[in-house]
Amino acid sequence: MIPALATGGVNPWLAAAMIGGVAITSTVGEVCTAAAMKSIGDLDEIRGKSGLRGAIVAVLTCPMFFVGVGFLALAFFALLLALNHLSLSLAGPASASLTLVTNAVAAKIFLKENVDRRRWISAILVCIGVYLLAH
Amino acid sequence: MSLEHPLALIAAVFHPWIAAGIAMLICFFACYLTALSWADLTYVLPTTAFGYVIIALLGRFWLHEQISIYRWAGIILITIGVGFVSQGPSRTEKPDETAVPS
Repeated sequence: MIPALATGGVNPWLAAAMIGGVAITSTVGEVCTAAAMKSIGDLDEIRGKSGLRGAIVAVLTCPMFFVGVGFLALAFFALLLALNHLSLSLAGPASASLTLVTNAVAAKIFLKENVDRRRWISAILVCIGVYLLAH
Repeated sequence: MSLEHPLALIAAVFHPWIAAGIAMLICFFACYLTALSWADLTYVLPTTAFGYVIIALLGRFWLHEQISIYRWAGIILITIGVGFVSQGPSRTEKPDETAVPS
């Protein structure tokens, strides 16, 4: 587990729960948004046919889009809550890099995306990279 | 600034730098949604992480910040990861989509 020193005196389980909460809400938000955009279809084509206005209407009339944005907003507030209790150098990189991996898993299960070896490797490389960069 | 002063919060939105930041974030979200409409989430998400690299390099060469060896390692890993994912297909081809005549 994470040592108590790194969590700024907060119970490590509670710290893990807060970071996990950010990762879960953010993953649900990303997957719902991606599902909404996939159901709408290629925005560039819609823009070509019915203009920018048509593309904006297509997005704003999709209920799934608002579910996704709602969860993304929830993830933002969950991150603010975590930053209130944990140090920035732990909560920031930990939630950002964890989200990449949970998203790859969720995209494979729920969006039926073809997450091949190449995508796993790049998700893990970027995950470690984001952690190192933001630390 | 705190939630006890909601008027200060509303006034902050009209501060030029904050307004510019919000406008850029709206642009980001519009581009992000457009990318998601034709590419997979597992393709778009690692690719947008390249933004962290741009932030770090801007900090180094514009604001003259020091970048530690760990951060350079992070930059290299993200760059390799993005290069890796961009070599593959951007979209999972579904059988029903390939059946549609072009």
